[in-house]
Amino acid sequence: MSQMNIIQAINDALKLEMRRNPDVVVLGEDVGKFGGVFRATAGLYDEFGDTRVIDTPLAEAGIIGASIGMAMYGLRPVPEIQFADFIYPAFDQIINELAKLRYRSGGEWTCPVTIRTPYGGGIRGGHYHSQSPEALFAHIPGLKVVIPSSPYDAKGLLLSSIRDDDPVLFMEPKRVYRAARGEVPEGEDYTIPLSSAKIIREGRHCTVLSYGAMIHTCLEAVPLCESDGYDVELIDLRTLVPWDRDTVMSSVRKTGRCVVVVEAPRTASFAGELIAEIQENCFLSLESPIGRVTGYDTPFPHTLEHLYLPDAERIRQTVTNTMTY
Amino acid sequence: MTDGEPLLQILDEHGNLVGDIPEPLTNDDLVMLYRHMRRIRVVDERMLPLQRQGRISFYGAATGQEAAVVGSGYALSPDDWVFPALREGGVALMRGYDLWLYIAQLFGNITDVTHGRQMPCHYTSRRHHFVSLSSPIGTQLPQAVGTAMGMRIRGETKATAVYMGDGATSEGDFHIALRFASRYQAPVVFFCQNNQWAISVPSSKQTRATSFAIKGTAYGIPWERVDGNCVLAVFAATQRAVQRAYAGLGPSFVEALTYRIGAHSTSDDPSRYRDESVTEAWKSRCPLIRFRTFLTTRNLWNEDKERNFVTELETAIKQAVHEHEAASPPPLSSMFTDVYAKLPAHIVEQQQMAQNFAATKPRGHRS
Repeated sequence: MSQMNIIQAINDALKLEMRRNPDVVVLGEDVGKFGGVFRATAGLYDEFGDTRVIDTPLAEAGIIGASIGMAMYGLRPVPEIQFADFIYPAFDQIINELAKLRYRSGGEWTCPVTIRTPYGGGIRGGHYHSQSPEALFAHIPGLKVVIPSSPYDAKGLLLSSIRDDDPVLFMEPKRVYRAARGEVPEGEDYTIPLSSAKIIREGRHCTVLSYGAMIHTCLEAVPLCESDGYDVELIDLRTLVPWDRDTVMSSVRKTGRCVVVVEAPRTASFAGELIAEIQENCFLSLESPIGRVTGYDTPFPHTLEHLYLPDAERIRQTVTNTMTY
Repeated sequence: MTDGEPLLQILDEHGNLVGDIPEPLTNDDLVMLYRHMRRIRVVDERMLPLQRQGRISFYGAATGQEAAVVGSGYALSPDDWVFPALREGGVALMRGYDLWLYIAQLFGNITDVTHGRQMPCHYTSRRHHFVSLSSPIGTQLPQAVGTAMGMRIRGETKATAVYMGDGATSEGDFHIALRFASRYQAPVVFFCQNNQWAISVPSSKQTRATSFAIKGTAYGIPWERVDGNCVLAVFAATQRAVQRAYAGLGPSFVEALTYRIGAHSTSDDPSRYRDESVTEAWKSRCPLIRFRTFLTTRNLWNEDKERNFVTELETAIKQAVHEHEAASPPPLSSMFTDVYAKLPAHIVEQQQMAQNFAATKPRGHRS
């Protein structure tokens, strides 16, 4: 075991899988010689060469379009979109092509592409280096959406994603790329199954449901809630599509209360979907309305980002409201 | 757009040989080229009325463009890959795709391998390396480059052919595809069927360049323009492009100038936006008549052969239409499969929900 951050864990996963499977190729802007703007692909170019670690032209639709063609041909491309904010030029390729190919061809063609992209705020990135657009993709049948929060999970989930026969959007919480550290078995092959949520902390009073960078904000809120007398059960969803209903529902049935925390804008965020499903399935167990802590329905701000993003205090307040309803 | 660059022509409009018959075409090949073209025309002529009668929901014919479809398709090997646009279903047939399945797709009933999930003319045949068509314009172009890059990565001597209409050259994906192809010297053949109309917009309003092919120059991609109604010229140019791909010389661009004799699709009425006297003039440049005249003068084809070929084909079509039309719709359960490799729990639940509802409801909700 060695201490790693999320970037190192992702790098370790990519190296491992590229050594294991010659069909795995990495492509994207600046991913080659430079090793990626966040260094996630550092060292791959030297080890695997420019046929498998491909610096692409600056065109996201091309990165995903070419990945689709490669995947149809039998390769396992792992394209990187430098920031999730820049994924929209590839929207058509992702939604109309990548996600639908298996279905529209009656299962004749498959598209095992894992799109890696850093998402989320808190790095002073303004409108275009901060967005959290996971709900836009969670809405698309045929895509899987995975968001790790820790180095150990990042590696195990990325390996599962690359080996999965369906397209996966793998969103990386860039605010904690380096801040989140933990034990990761370096060079060792292990996977974490997709669609399995993780109970990070057991608690009796209120289920707090979140994913990605917000898990770390929730962890800050846990002791605050504890000092208020509330014992929080914190769940990391890890996969948004298809998500682990069993783990979530049994937790909410146990606690009878739930708060969902996401940093995306409030309207039509993935929190809305989680809440709808939970209330349909756990109505008789619920002691109070399910609470929601989210970003605001504004474009992502620059100077005021600390006020936009949910923080531990906002989570604490919503937990209190839910507990005292 | 001014027609600046010359068009390669091997047979003139009257069917006279004005160039060399491309190597390695034999007399049998020449006849086969004609049969492929004639088959497309017959199928289109039989399918269009089905749409008008409301028996299928849509149809996109290749009428007038058969030489462009067949000449290019004939230059490809079975191991090469094809990314079609709307009017290249004929290429699938040339590669051995069963006409019975082809017609099944139009009806979208239980006999359709894609379970009636797509509109008519959206064929797929993995066995024939004929990639599933989608409706968005130009999306296939960067994908084809990706497949060609994959061929290079694996060190295989193959080519990918990708079709587009003139309209697709306005899409971002077109420019991105040419950019990627030239960057990686991908073994890809871009084949543009310039049928002069993107639904209602004429090619003159789609570019101020002297042609569509010349756009290749900006990307360092060699290009060639051909008379798209001369099947031999189309074959010759495409074959050159394919050979370049095999030789590791990278992408090529072929523009075939032709004309969309019919409507864009069955949902379109061209009389509202174009002078149909021009269409009449192009009808007289029919690629089939030209090639048949040539074959007839060489004693390779005659009225009897024509009649037998068409009759046999029409019988097969009639039989297939009868069977597919009588087939039941795909089962309700098929709506939920193939979204993912395995049915996830939430879709199983929705499938059950739909089936329960169907069981309690009158006709129309039943599978």
